[in-house]
Amino acid sequence: MGERIIELRDIKKSYGQVYALGGVNLSVDRGEVVGLIGDNGAGKSTLIKILSGVVKPTSGEILVRGKPVSGWSAARSRDAGIETVFQDRALAVQQTIVRNIFMGRELTGFMGWLKVNKEIAEASRLMREIGFTSKVFTPQSIVGQLSGGERQGVAIARAIYKQAELIILDEPTTALSLTETAKVFHFVRQVRASGRSILFIGHNIHHVFDIADRFVVLDRGKVALTADRSEVKSAEDLINFMEDVAHPGGLPGLHEGAEQRA
Amino acid sequence: MSKAMEPDLQTPLRRTSGQAAKEWSHPSNHWLRGFVLDNRASLGTLAVFIVMMAVFIIANPTVFSTWYLYSSVLTTLPVALFVVVPLVFVVTCGEIDLSFPATMGFASWVFALVVQAGYDPFLGIAAAVVTGTLLGFLVGSLVVYGGLSSLIATLGMNFLLRGLIQIINEGKSTALTNLADSAAYKIFSSQIWGIPVQIFWAIAFVVFSALLYNRHRFGAQVKVVGDNPDSAKQMGIDVKLVRVKVFVFTGIGAAIAGTFSVMINFTWWPTAGDGYLLPVLASVFVGGTPTWGGIGTVVGGAIGAVTVSFIQTGVVAAGLSGFYVQFFNGLIIILSLLGHKWNQARYR
Repeated sequence: MGERIIELRDIKKSYGQVYALGGVNLSVDRGEVVGLIGDNGAGKSTLIKILSGVVKPTSGEILVRGKPVSGWSAARSRDAGIETVFQDRALAVQQTIVRNIFMGRELTGFMGWLKVNKEIAEASRLMREIGFTSKVFTPQSIVGQLSGGERQGVAIARAIYKQAELIILDEPTTALSLTETAKVFHFVRQVRASGRSILFIGHNIHHVFDIADRFVVLDRGKVALTADRSEVKSAEDLINFMEDVAHPGGLPGLHEGAEQRA
Repeated sequence: MSKAMEPDLQTPLRRTSGQAAKEWSHPSNHWLRGFVLDNRASLGTLAVFIVMMAVFIIANPTVFSTWYLYSSVLTTLPVALFVVVPLVFVVTCGEIDLSFPATMGFASWVFALVVQAGYDPFLGIAAAVVTGTLLGFLVGSLVVYGGLSSLIATLGMNFLLRGLIQIINEGKSTALTNLADSAAYKIFSSQIWGIPVQIFWAIAFVVFSALLYNRHRFGAQVKVVGDNPDSAKQMGIDVKLVRVKVFVFTGIGAAIAGTFSVMINFTWWPTAGDGYLLPVLASVFVGGTPTWGGIGTVVGGAIGAVTVSFIQTGVVAAGLSGFYVQFFNGLIIILSLLGHKWNQARYR
């Protein structure tokens, strides 16, 4: 694996007496898709907020490309090339693909007049880069006409335009159909092929298993498992592991069932 | 998975020869179809206008073939256009501004004061525009930074400003007799080849604003803010500043409109601008700008203003009594809204 884009060391975050994160270690290398799995309340969203600089950790160290960064903030996160794509509310659905990609960063010339053709050409290039080609849509199509997976594609293309090195996808395939999920996976693989990294967050273990090079299982604010893809045989392994973590004694019914199958 | 994104099942059956090489293509590549799809709201408004005019002309062909009728509409229409167009920006941004009639009155009052004091009318226009800018900024700041509902706050500002004008002037008007000889009057309010010159300024304003709306960073940000303010904020757009700017734009438009209306009559009344509130609002929505924000059409709004201006003239000229005017106003508004509802889908 290549350069280490970001590394979190022993990150703790407490809200009053309650620890949301109790010492998390997490790293993402260049050109790697890391799958972050965890139940509701495991601390996933707190971790995303810390990575994007919205929330400051109570203690711990953050290293960008091997160098510790002090005074971590949203601006520092952006400088490090970290972009978060939220599932909802990220796009202006009545606008064109072009307008969404260049939202807030319009390509303008003299006195703020838009360079329309340049924007269309650049949007086409970005969409091609993530593998979004279409016979139906053009960069000037309205985002509202696109399917859920394609909308994720627009959001990813926008993140790439913002020079993102690490794109955090927050539950990108939740509420998407199989074909739509396949589209998102296609985009993710293209982004990885271009040498960028992705932190793929989800609670559908099958989705995460299909796409990630490495898995990080979060449980009650702690990393319960870090495993390379080669170390995990199937999604069922991960599911069993997560059940063990969640119910250390084991749920009698579940384990009997598993033994019978074996 | 590495194939093209869309399976061919989704494309309607058609001849694809020669298009296979293109990565991006549109099912309706014909320029005319693309043009119609991109401008469906304004074209719909144009259709309403043409049908309405056809009905009027059939009802009374002789009156509608006289130039005087069109000349009178072309004199008053520009005043409306200068406020309808900025209001399209306001509504697109997800706000509303009901304070523009008072801004028209206030800014044109400043114009009247400067001209009456013997200064050049050009200076008066500049003073009026500055007044409109400041009032727009005041109203916008109140709504945006005060966190007030624009519907109620601008209604309040309309009463407040109009009240101030009334208190100070005690209902008295100002006659500007020396205006007719000035260069400013010739440039902004005379006639060329029998056509009122205001309409040329108004058309220039509409064209400039349409470009601002479709081809400028300002228009792009107004649309995005009206569409999804959370997303716009996340992408680094100063959402509040954009919102204030649309109110400032309306203030400037209202100042120009007020000044033009005073120049037509050579007189400033304390009620200047009052009658424009409802026709102008109707024009914006008849023009095809929806109420929910994010999209709109400047050219459609302008055609809407033309339609609304012709209703009154047309109903009377067609031989019906003045009592029919309001009824036809309402009829056109309702029919237009139904048409737009059918014509444009709302994407969520």
